[in-house]
Amino acid sequence: MTTQASVLENLAEVRAMIRKHKRNDFIFSIVGLLALMIGLLTLLTLFIDLVIDGYPRFNLDFLTNYPSRRAASAGLLSAWVGSLLVMLVTFFSAVPMGVAAGVYLEEYAPKNWFSDLIEINVTNLAGVPSIVYGLLALGLFVYGLNLGESILTAGLTLGLLILPIVIVTTRESIRGIPVSIREAAYAVGATKWQVVFHHVLHYSSGGILTGIIIGMARALGETAPIITIGALTFIAFLPPSPVSDVAPFINFEWLESGFTVLPIQMFNWLSRPDHAFHINAAATGALIIVVTLLMNGTAIWLRYRIRKNIKW
Amino acid sequence: MVTTTSPVKAESRDLNFYYNGGHKALKGITMPLYEKRITALIGPSGCGKSTFLRCFNRMHDLYPGNKYDGQIVMHPDNTNILDNGVDPIEVRMRISMVFQKPNPFPKSIYENVAYGLRVRGERSKRVVDDKVEEALKGAALWDEVKNRLHDLAFNLSGGQQQRLCIARALATDPEIMLFDEPTSALDPIATANIEELMSELRNKLTILVVTHNMQQAARVSDYTAYMYLGELIEYDDTDRIFTNPSRKETEDYITGKFG
Repeated sequence: MTTQASVLENLAEVRAMIRKHKRNDFIFSIVGLLALMIGLLTLLTLFIDLVIDGYPRFNLDFLTNYPSRRAASAGLLSAWVGSLLVMLVTFFSAVPMGVAAGVYLEEYAPKNWFSDLIEINVTNLAGVPSIVYGLLALGLFVYGLNLGESILTAGLTLGLLILPIVIVTTRESIRGIPVSIREAAYAVGATKWQVVFHHVLHYSSGGILTGIIIGMARALGETAPIITIGALTFIAFLPPSPVSDVAPFINFEWLESGFTVLPIQMFNWLSRPDHAFHINAAATGALIIVVTLLMNGTAIWLRYRIRKNIKW
Repeated sequence: MVTTTSPVKAESRDLNFYYNGGHKALKGITMPLYEKRITALIGPSGCGKSTFLRCFNRMHDLYPGNKYDGQIVMHPDNTNILDNGVDPIEVRMRISMVFQKPNPFPKSIYENVAYGLRVRGERSKRVVDDKVEEALKGAALWDEVKNRLHDLAFNLSGGQQQRLCIARALATDPEIMLFDEPTSALDPIATANIEELMSELRNKLTILVVTHNMQQAARVSDYTAYMYLGELIEYDDTDRIFTNPSRKETEDYITGKFG
């Protein structure tokens, strides 16, 4: 029989136990918060440091000047134009190929040991050090295909580098589409192509776009493979303009042009002994971080916008 | 409910079905579906009723390794829709399906209903408009949505979504419509609406419905098939099945001694 005393004693035990468990909760939340803060604060400190160091160069001239022997009048013009053009090539090479490959692997490829092998390899490729891609590109694009040390070579190299990222995110977004939606489309007589084109790609576009933007943001900051294929470090001219005022209004000469990109310009300034150039490097670093953050922010915003109307 | 005999619209002949891995889910099913009648499939979970239903629009073809053995013959053209030479897409153009959980596309109400026509390459806006209106009226949804056809389908209630799915299946003038437990995710009022709708659709087309709910089978169907462990135990007029079944197993299931 339970007496009043034993009930009270029992209750005291239960309360002691709950207090103990709550304490574990509290300890873990502190540890987790610390881990998070160490990562975030380190990055934030770095960023603030770059901003403070680079502050004297935050003006329009910095973006419109070519590099110069005098640090104060040196600018990023050729570097950001180069980055932009290289990104353009990267986008048009990696996106169609990556999305098509992802769709094929997920929707069309028969599921067997061979497709498993490909899957493992694609995932692995995403982790291959970028310098290895640089060596591959040096052999394949620069010497093998004779594309030279050009914007085209750099764009294709970075395209190759982010291809696995695009493939993997495409597959993941596609996989998130419920079977019931596919079956609904098949049930009214749609072919596989119609299901993929009208539904699968449409509803997963948010996720795919996110993958593309994150891949592009990574490509923007890549330095090692670009150095390997021989980007110039001091360049005081712009590639020929892709658009012109005479027919056919568009030309592709710029693809063969020599170039530099933002991280290389930064690297170049950083390796100079003169401290004034380090200010330029810091400003460039801050710019790269801001652009990367903007790209990632856009990715998150786009995903939210597109997902908002879709509830499974 | 059945007043006159009706011609056979489709019949399954000695149909066996094997899932990927070899599990035999259907064992020698032979039964007719009568034209413009509602046939209900009942039986405990796992008895193969959904598997049987999904043979009619070759849904099993979407997953590798599944195998049909036997025939489902459609009349009047005597096509065996399980034949390897018959494209499953052709079958799905003739036989449409409504699923267990409402599964509208994340598109507008209008585009959901129009999708079957888009797949068929219909480009005339007038034709599509007319068909969408007709299908929504047929699915008893027109009055509720006519002023917001371009709203997202997800904004409809569960029962409305299911009627939208019926409209989508109806828009392409199918010969047979399959219902896979169409009310299991709905509340009683929405369920009553769907049942009433099915009775009305009976004037236009042949219906095969899987249901978990025996009362539902008794209320809406003209014929009922009782399945157990992949076999067809008994198939008869619904009135007969529920009042005077000839097999002991059917009676046990109907009366709730089992299942």
